Amino acid sequence: MSEIVRRDPRTEWIARNRLHPEHDAVLAQLHGGAPAAQWMGPNGIIRRNPHAVGFIGPNGIRRIDRSGAQTANAAGASRRDTAAAPARRRVQIDIPAFIIAVVADMPGGRLSAHDRDLLGLARQLADGAVQGAVLLVSFGESRDEGLAEAGVDRVVNFSGEAFDGYAPEQRLTALGGIERQHEPRHWLFPDSPLGGAELGRRFAARQGERPATQVWQIADGQCTGRGAAGTIDVTRGLRRIVLALPECAEPVSDTVHAAEAVAPPAALPQALRRIEDLGAVAVDPAGVALAEAEFILSAGNGIRDWDGFHRTARVLGATEGASRVAVDNGFMPRHRQVGATGTWVTARVYLAVGISGAIQHLQGIQQCDKVIAINTDPGCDMVKRADLSVIADSSEVLAALVELVEGVRREQRNAA
Amino acid sequence: MQRDGKEKVGAEGLKVAALVSVGRHPVTGRSRRAEYDARAVEIGLSLVRSGDLSLVHAGECSPETEGALRAYLGMGIDAIDVLQQPAGSDIVPALEAWLRAAGPRVVLCGARGETGEGSGLVPFLLAERLGWSLVSGLAEVESVERDTMTVLQALPRGQRRRLKVRLPAVVTIDAAAQPARQSAFGPARRGELCPLAAEVTPDAAAREWTTAPARKRPKRLKIVKASSARDRFKAAAAKAEGSGGQVLTGISAQQGAEAILKLLREEGVLR
Ligand SMILES: Cc1cc2nc3c(=O)[nH]c(=O)nc-3n(C[C@H](O)[C@H](O)[C@H](O)COP(=O)(O)OP(=O)(O)OC[C@H]3O[C@@H](n4cnc5c(N)ncnc54)[C@H](O)[C@@H]3O)c2cc1C
Repeated sequence: MSEIVRRDPRTEWIARNRLHPEHDAVLAQLHGGAPAAQWMGPNGIIRRNPHAVGFIGPNGIRRIDRSGAQTANAAGASRRDTAAAPARRRVQIDIPAFIIAVVADMPGGRLSAHDRDLLGLARQLADGAVQGAVLLVSFGESRDEGLAEAGVDRVVNFSGEAFDGYAPEQRLTALGGIERQHEPRHWLFPDSPLGGAELGRRFAARQGERPATQVWQIADGQCTGRGAAGTIDVTRGLRRIVLALPECAEPVSDTVHAAEAVAPPAALPQALRRIEDLGAVAVDPAGVALAEAEFILSAGNGIRDWDGFHRTARVLGATEGASRVAVDNGFMPRHRQVGATGTWVTARVYLAVGISGAIQHLQGIQQCDKVIAINTDPGCDMVKRADLSVIADSSEVLAALVELVEGVRREQRNAA
Repeated sequence: MQRDGKEKVGAEGLKVAALVSVGRHPVTGRSRRAEYDARAVEIGLSLVRSGDLSLVHAGECSPETEGALRAYLGMGIDAIDVLQQPAGSDIVPALEAWLRAAGPRVVLCGARGETGEGSGLVPFLLAERLGWSLVSGLAEVESVERDTMTVLQALPRGQRRRLKVRLPAVVTIDAAAQPARQSAFGPARRGELCPLAAEVTPDAAAREWTTAPARKRPKRLKIVKASSARDRFKAAAAKAEGSGGQVLTGISAQQGAEAILKLLREEGVLR
């Protein structure tokens, strides 16, 4: 249907004029042939037909929808649809009065939830009587397309070999360049271990300024942060450098910003490299605590071949988990149990093999990003939760998985 | 586990210092040795003989703090230098002067204090002012050479990263390092607390702060933005269900495994 609403003044006029000879016909046509639920009687009194209200639902019961969406069907349904989804307001800041710099962690090139909260906080500081702009400083390749929706006006991205891996000294000189170029009114860092917490403190020490750390609230020019291992709240005047905790503010939800790329400062001084990154160390996945494992292969009552399961976990490099039934039956140790009475896991990828998805189990995997299920029953709750489900026998799929991975590794070794 | 004070990296004449503070038990509120500082001392004891490990505390020396400091002595340390600082002073200048005089190659600190501001800034300020390297979140020291050391840094999710750090270095230690040994009563009584006079810098900024017991933070609510009451109700009553999941039925195990492998590769969990 066309988006353009065409008015017909003549029919509208006839519909209003109850003395018009075509009045009844026009009214009927306006209401799409269905009997009108409400009309003006001959004496100017509004008459209602209660039988014409609502519609008959799928199981024969009359439903009344008071949102207006249903009665509007005849007139301008498409107009209402667009009104129902609130559009984000577009904001363009051409000449900001000042800059609020946000140094995001961006693990894997995407904004984390903590980063989004921080951007919400930055918007609070930027949108006042005088309009400032939020400048996002990110390191490494950025793969996030939602920067504009997160409330970013400008982006400076530093990428390249020098900033890869653990390079706090290089990053510090980059921030120094931003400081000289933009002179931000505030610097916001996420107080996250090994991300903003470290970089922010280094930066504050380099600038010789005292930051406010573990801040969780900014109001009326005062900021409140945790102190003494989280047992006290310290309230002080807002500092220029702020390290904020998660959920310090609501993320931006009703505006879209420009997220315009700004060139990084041209000449950065060469940083003194005192720390050399020798790369990640292979850790034994079996030794990683279940609660913080990144990739979990979890076994349930649908596992027949336990040796095959353990072998798969070893080949994939996954941490092992289990459902309560697998633990109670003695196949897995108790500290490997996932769920309400076990461990609440935070894995990025959770591969559930032969687990039906009881609510006690699903509770434990609420925070997992991607869930993969291998099950013989396509109707079970785990399949409903999963992003990818394979309906097949567990032992066969696991065996095929091992074969595939080992095949690829063998090829790589032969090629090398 | 390396327990009996044997140095695992035969570094001759390596001087190591550990900064120790007075902690506070989270439940009883009594003073105790600080958890992370004790772990730092434990790492120090795994690096050098206890004679080459010097401990320093900057703060008041009162009967309450003495008990807490003696708990470090009970880990097999002979003496702790106590830089006399009244409450409400900035301890960084005093520590900086002490470190310059003592000249250790490695300085071990807990990630943050358990009393006061507890901002975890001291190691960063010291490293910046002394011009030494700094590594945070140390899990283990692998080896110490003449002017570098190789350490493992703890990353989130139990991962580790190997770093080569130029000495002298300041390192911070948190929960990833191995837990500290118990404190023995006899050595704790026999050890010595050596009070030293030190320059006192008042912490002027901290006087303007107001502190209060930590308020419980409100739990974040799910906010639904919708134009009509009906939409808001529907959103609030909706079951959180991961919809749109892909279900592969009637395929062979081989094809299923390929699909799973593809997703694992996309997520980058397969090494
Ligand atoms: C108070 C309480 C607390 C609990 N806490 C927990 C908890 O913390 N964690 C927990 O996990 N459970 C917990 N439970 C138990 C929970 O209710 C379920 O009983 C349990 O999770 C079911 O485990 P399962 O999915 O492995 O077994 P089942 O429900 O037996 O599911 C087996 C699944 O495997 C599939 N299957 C069978 N054969 C194959 C095959 N060859 N190949 C592929 N798939 C196959 C089946 O289709 C089925 O979906 C708790 C229960 C109670 C009452």
